[in-house]
Amino acid sequence: MSARAISGLVVPGRGQSVWLITLSAAAMAFLAVFALALSVTSARLAANWSEALSQTATVRLSAPPEEMDSQTALVLDVLRTTPGIAEARVMVPEEQAALLEAWLGPDLPLDALPLPRLIELTETSEGPDRQGLRLRLAAEAPAAVYDDHSRWRRPLVQAATRLQSFALVSLVLIGAVTAAMIALAASAALSSNGQVIRVLRLVGARDRFIALAFVRSISRRALIGASAGTAVAMLALLALPQAGSAVPVLAGLGFQGWTWALPLAIPPLTALLAWSASLATAFRVLKGVT
Amino acid sequence: MIVFEDVAHDYGGGPLFRDVSVRLDKGSFHFLTGPSGAGKSTFLKLCYGELLPSSGKVTLMNRALQSMTRDQLAETRERIGVVHQDCQFLDHLTVEQNVGLPLTATGRPLRASDVSDLLTWVGLGTRAEALPPTLSGGERQRAALARAIIGAPNVLLADEPTGNLDWEMSQRLMMLLIELNRMGTAVLIATHDLNLIRFAKAQVQARVMRISGRRLQLAGSEL
Repeated sequence: MSARAISGLVVPGRGQSVWLITLSAAAMAFLAVFALALSVTSARLAANWSEALSQTATVRLSAPPEEMDSQTALVLDVLRTTPGIAEARVMVPEEQAALLEAWLGPDLPLDALPLPRLIELTETSEGPDRQGLRLRLAAEAPAAVYDDHSRWRRPLVQAATRLQSFALVSLVLIGAVTAAMIALAASAALSSNGQVIRVLRLVGARDRFIALAFVRSISRRALIGASAGTAVAMLALLALPQAGSAVPVLAGLGFQGWTWALPLAIPPLTALLAWSASLATAFRVLKGVT
Repeated sequence: MIVFEDVAHDYGGGPLFRDVSVRLDKGSFHFLTGPSGAGKSTFLKLCYGELLPSSGKVTLMNRALQSMTRDQLAETRERIGVVHQDCQFLDHLTVEQNVGLPLTATGRPLRASDVSDLLTWVGLGTRAEALPPTLSGGERQRAALARAIIGAPNVLLADEPTGNLDWEMSQRLMMLLIELNRMGTAVLIATHDLNLIRFAKAQVQARVMRISGRRLQLAGSEL
């Protein structure tokens, strides 16, 4: 039997510390998957909102009913002759009703409300000269107000970016707590296996051999626990309502496409973390054993 | 191989023994005797570096114990086989794995036939796959002896190796130790069993040391 093979056997595979390591790794991996999902989702939201809102704008026209059509035609003329605007179209009443339904509820008699007319613009990648466009609209159709959505976009993107930062900080904290728990568990494992260490030292084993025997055992437990925690968390994410469902706040939380591969890195990273945390602990504890 | 020069050891309540100077040379056979609590086990622990002397100098395999690094101490222990009274096995490993441990845990090559031959030599050929808790007292002592000598040590230390054995088994174990000594291994046995010492002295030229009155003395001819 080789040194490596016996190294895998000298540490008993039972005991409270073994379960503590497995359970800690599983719980932390579970939380890490959610933090990672939050990070990925918020990054995606920030990018989507930034991209979607940055290339669209709205002209709101609040004119008296008898002037509404003529003002609309004037605004469309201005927009069609403005460089940087790819398309301009008047939103139909049904579209306006759909936008308001989320706030005012269904079956609202919109005809009874003095609603402004909305003209949706799609901008080219260069975009228009916004200040120039505002001045032209003020001159040609004073009742028209150009809204490039920046007052919506900026806080949304800021919120998403901050959410992503929180998620990343959470991941770092989870990693730090995992390392601390595994170091404690490693210390407990070494203490409860004093007899194993004494016998190994007695027969001439070096600290490196003894430390690696424990580190291998602890890392293997951490890998098993983290794999289980990751698998459960990924299944839980799959069970969440998807985008377009009736729960818009939670919709879309999770991974899409290739990002599903990201949580698969958590078990090996946990094992690596367990390896370094337990190795340092093992050498520290062994120094106290002759 | 093992040299003590004016060695004293103190656990904190006064010296257990002091002014101990002795040499254990290659191929020598020594007994260490004395009443319980006189310091026999402490003396053995100094011989393999589990304890450091309170004063004086211990030299193991030409290296001063006090200045050894942990790796040097481990390397020295490869050349010193130890049989404890309580044997100290890893109870979750088989007898075969325990016996092979001094080689596998130090990266030295181990052939299954070596372990098998050794277990047969100590009369445990059929117990290779047994777990230590299932062994009898005599079997445990013999397995501990096999583990102590599998690495072909220069010195064998045994602490009350026959403490739990009947007379017949004690004689068998002693014959194994004598045979080992005849192959060149220095042997030091701590025991309070004078009959065992007399039995051994009839077979081999052995020196008897006695810890008494906090001093190490050579025992007289009454042994």
